[in-house]
Amino acid sequence: METRNLICINCPMGCPLEVTIENGEVTNVTGNTCPRGAAYAKKEVTAPTRIVTSSVRVSGSQNGAVMVSCKTASDIPKGKIFDIVRAIKDVTVACPVHIGDVVMANVADTGVDMIATKEVL
Amino acid sequence: MENYNIVIIGGGPAGLAAAVAAYDAGERSILILERDSQLGGILNQCIHNGFGLHTFKEELTGPEYAKRYADQVVERNIEYRLNTMVMDISKDKVVTAMNRTDGMFDIQAKAVILAMGCRERSRGALNIPGYRPAGIYSAGTAQRLVNIEGYMPGRKVVILGSGDIGLIMARRMTLEGAEVQVVAELMPYSGGLKRNIVQCLNDFNIPLKLSHTVVDIEGKERVTGITIAEVDSRNKPIPGTEEHYECDTLLLSCGLLPENELSRNAGVEISRITNGPTVNESLETSIPGVFAAGNVLHVHDLVDFVSEEAAAAGRNAVAFVNGELAQDTEGEIALTVEGGPRYTVPSTIDPKKMTDQLTVRFRVGSVMKNKWVNVYIDDEKVIRKKRQVMAPGEMEEVVLKKSMFENHADAKRISIRVEEA
Repeated sequence: METRNLICINCPMGCPLEVTIENGEVTNVTGNTCPRGAAYAKKEVTAPTRIVTSSVRVSGSQNGAVMVSCKTASDIPKGKIFDIVRAIKDVTVACPVHIGDVVMANVADTGVDMIATKEVL
Repeated sequence: MENYNIVIIGGGPAGLAAAVAAYDAGERSILILERDSQLGGILNQCIHNGFGLHTFKEELTGPEYAKRYADQVVERNIEYRLNTMVMDISKDKVVTAMNRTDGMFDIQAKAVILAMGCRERSRGALNIPGYRPAGIYSAGTAQRLVNIEGYMPGRKVVILGSGDIGLIMARRMTLEGAEVQVVAELMPYSGGLKRNIVQCLNDFNIPLKLSHTVVDIEGKERVTGITIAEVDSRNKPIPGTEEHYECDTLLLSCGLLPENELSRNAGVEISRITNGPTVNESLETSIPGVFAAGNVLHVHDLVDFVSEEAAAAGRNAVAFVNGELAQDTEGEIALTVEGGPRYTVPSTIDPKKMTDQLTVRFRVGSVMKNKWVNVYIDDEKVIRKKRQVMAPGEMEEVVLKKSMFENHADAKRISIRVEEA
């Protein structure tokens, strides 16, 4: 039996978690205040994931904006973070852009889309 | 002169939430004045995620959170003016503002909500020795350059201060291809949230050196190197502990200061601890009808709590305009702190004016483990709350209920005490 101490990163409360692992399986999580904490702990010790946020260039903005912010539509394997930022490095999207518009589909072969998080007209 | 019942200074998260809540409380004469070219304030450049879990039960980025509130303002047809700088607020609530289309103009308000937010502590305020070359930015300036303007401020970076924006920018600069060598923090604890240490520093193996500060900046035209050193318990650099880093950029993330020039000029009483106005249970400042909420009142960690606080200020402003907010101060009880908390917001409570539930927020002055946060009305303990860890970087709260005051008609004192387990 192994225990690991983690800080939950789901929200700014940053709950201190204690995870009990037996034979590679998470058997217990304590310290979390909500179900997200337990889910995070299980993932973090087996297959950690992150949401990646970044920004890419836009063209043709009415009000002179040059960048639009974006994020992965869901969490991706932690080891893929740099592949994703490299993949979107030279992307330019045409205005108008709305929240949720796909900036790049299946970014870095993660099966997850990069989507806009800001409206740029 | 134009007339509005409620004028809100600032169209960031606090101003937007205050406006929406005021409208929903029945007020229709509302004006938001915003100096930037869009609503949403600093959220527009905070492109990372983690906003809104409390308010919307989902994890949003800053621009998405801002849009939710901006949309609510637009749906309600609440008036706002962009690119408009407020120059002055008088004691009589005449707001003087200017913009490029209307020039300078005065607005008579019945109530004013201060929602100007805060500013980063600058290099000048930090007294760092060394030259004054290019390449020294506040973390927030770098954040704007990268996320909004599309420029990279530098390639090899040292960060002084472990405030949340500094931590977020350590990750952001790393993702954009920069090498962030170290984050130095003067205090023996981080000023930022634990989650940001994990996902912004630990994820990328960026070292955090606590009790360290910058002792020299090299470079005449552009930063070429930084020397940091360990500090003793009185924050003095310890000779012989100097470490040199070659770099072209220094980011500063050394705390945020509520932006209260307008409040001060108006004669609003300012707390020397929070640098924000002192307010009562209605979030009303020392000037009747002038309310404050969000980071101008005290610096928050969570925008969700800014929105919540500002909504209360919005509703209270409506009550004031409608003549429903009692203006006597006889029932006012001071909140006192013992054993750890540095301040409380609000700083006074009048039980007969408070809502059924009132959130009191505070910060502790040092890292404390396994303590009880106890609230006393006179000598009766009305709230006891176990806290495993409290740190200056993380805001605490207790929720007082109106019913707690039922047996204390003549309460003289409300105290928040941090006590041993």
